Amino acid sequence: MAAPLGGRGASMTRAVITVVGKDSVGIIAKVCTYLAENQINILDISQTIVQEFFNMMMIVDMTKSSKPFDTINTELSAIGEATGVQIKIQLEDIFDKMHRI
Amino acid sequence: MINLSEVLETNRMVEQENLDVRTITMGISLLDCADKDLNVTCEKIYKKITTLAKDLVNTGEEISREIGIPIVNKRISITPISLVGSACCRIPGDYVQIAKTLDKAAKEVGVNFLGGYSAIVSKGMTKSDELLIRSIPKALACTERICSSINVGSTKTGINMDAVRLMGDIIKAAAEETKEVDSLGCAKLVVLCNAPDDNPFMAGAFHGVSEADAIINVGVSGPGVVNYVLQQMDKNAEGGLANFETLCETIKKTAFKITRVGQYVAQEASRRLGIPFGIIDLSLAPTPAIGDSVADILKCIGVEHPGAPGTTAALALLNDQVKKGGVMASSYVGGLSGAFIPVSEDQGMIDAVEVGALTLEKLEAMTCVCSVGLDMIAIPGDTPATTIAGIIADESAIGMINQKTTAVRIIPVIGKNVGDTVEFGGLLGYAPIMPVNTFSSQRFVDRGGRIPAPIHSFKN
Repeated sequence: MAAPLGGRGASMTRAVITVVGKDSVGIIAKVCTYLAENQINILDISQTIVQEFFNMMMIVDMTKSSKPFDTINTELSAIGEATGVQIKIQLEDIFDKMHRI
Repeated sequence: MINLSEVLETNRMVEQENLDVRTITMGISLLDCADKDLNVTCEKIYKKITTLAKDLVNTGEEISREIGIPIVNKRISITPISLVGSACCRIPGDYVQIAKTLDKAAKEVGVNFLGGYSAIVSKGMTKSDELLIRSIPKALACTERICSSINVGSTKTGINMDAVRLMGDIIKAAAEETKEVDSLGCAKLVVLCNAPDDNPFMAGAFHGVSEADAIINVGVSGPGVVNYVLQQMDKNAEGGLANFETLCETIKKTAFKITRVGQYVAQEASRRLGIPFGIIDLSLAPTPAIGDSVADILKCIGVEHPGAPGTTAALALLNDQVKKGGVMASSYVGGLSGAFIPVSEDQGMIDAVEVGALTLEKLEAMTCVCSVGLDMIAIPGDTPATTIAGIIADESAIGMINQKTTAVRIIPVIGKNVGDTVEFGGLLGYAPIMPVNTFSSQRFVDRGGRIPAPIHSFKN
């Protein structure tokens, strides 16, 4: 089996999920259900609505995730398309590197 | 913990401002592939490249998907091939066979360019260097992904004017060999002074002899991001015009963020491929995409078009701030590191040429203060080889005296003249043919010999 996240060790792998799009009922519920089904733990959620546009960010722990990163990425995008929003998942490291000294 | 606005800022940079990592370049030493037999040499080269770089493209794409930032190019640089082929190449055609092998290896591993079809002749040319140089026009015509570079001078050695003169002829010959495709061969050929050993950017990339067996170098980019923050800066400034202190501070902070992305990608690529990390090249490299332009930054800083008085100062400032922000973000900075000012690859530069704001002479002045030289400039196909050699000599002198890298990647487009445009396609873009000073440099470049190293190079 291909090791998730390019053979990262046993340390905690955190990712950032962003959901951007027109606000509609049940967006968070759908994403959370999906994450629960795949043993991805939510550590933090924040959201805001700017001019009817829904911006949400979740920080999640993927250490126990049952699927490789790529699969989760594809499946989350598909959920986004079905709901009319854009869903992205990215490793948290990249934001840390960019915004923290 | 990271907050929402920081996440949105990063994603806006990618989605709207063309932030990307321009290239992961794997440097590979081919010194151990040299053999007396040409076929054996080719076999060893093919095997070494396809073994070491087999996962390069996949790994690059994997990292890109995981961080949500495009990594545009995956490339390879190799030991200057004149060193590798010196024992087995007897005629220029032998080098062409190596070029074809390299092209095949590049296609096999899926990289879009492989650089290092090169010779370092800053002080003198060996027989093998000269054979390689003479093989360049054919080699570039019959391969797709090979880039060639020749280092003709350095601050320590002076300028090898015999090589400069020869390169005038070779550039013309390369243009002639590829005249069916707008002399495209010349877009893959660069003449350098003070070439760095670890440059990840094409066409001047090669893996110098001072390097390890294999290494990962990363070139970052992001002119669109700098452009955006400068626009915002002026919007928020009193009177709509921020002062130089604010301007420099803003560029520096942005360069820091961009470079950190490169640093992360380099470390991850290095870890996953099991190959040591070399350097980050902190360059603002434009592409033909709208908004991804160094010219637009210069306009944002305040000149109507690049070429207007003030342009050189604006570019000097930009280059310096990019470095200052970048060095803090990465422990190992190298390569070219600065702003690139290619004409055909930057829509703002093309516009400036078309409205008559930017000339070859002004571009030459700009190369005194930025990281490269006269880059991707199309000139009339009937420009004499001696004039091209004169242009190379001028650029080399700027590099030699100022202890910096300079380069000439100039394309005499056969059959075209001032007023025509030429289309190279893809990242190479398109360019209007620029006029060249028509007075002769023949007696100067025909003298032969070397220009001695400048006085300030004697530091021992």
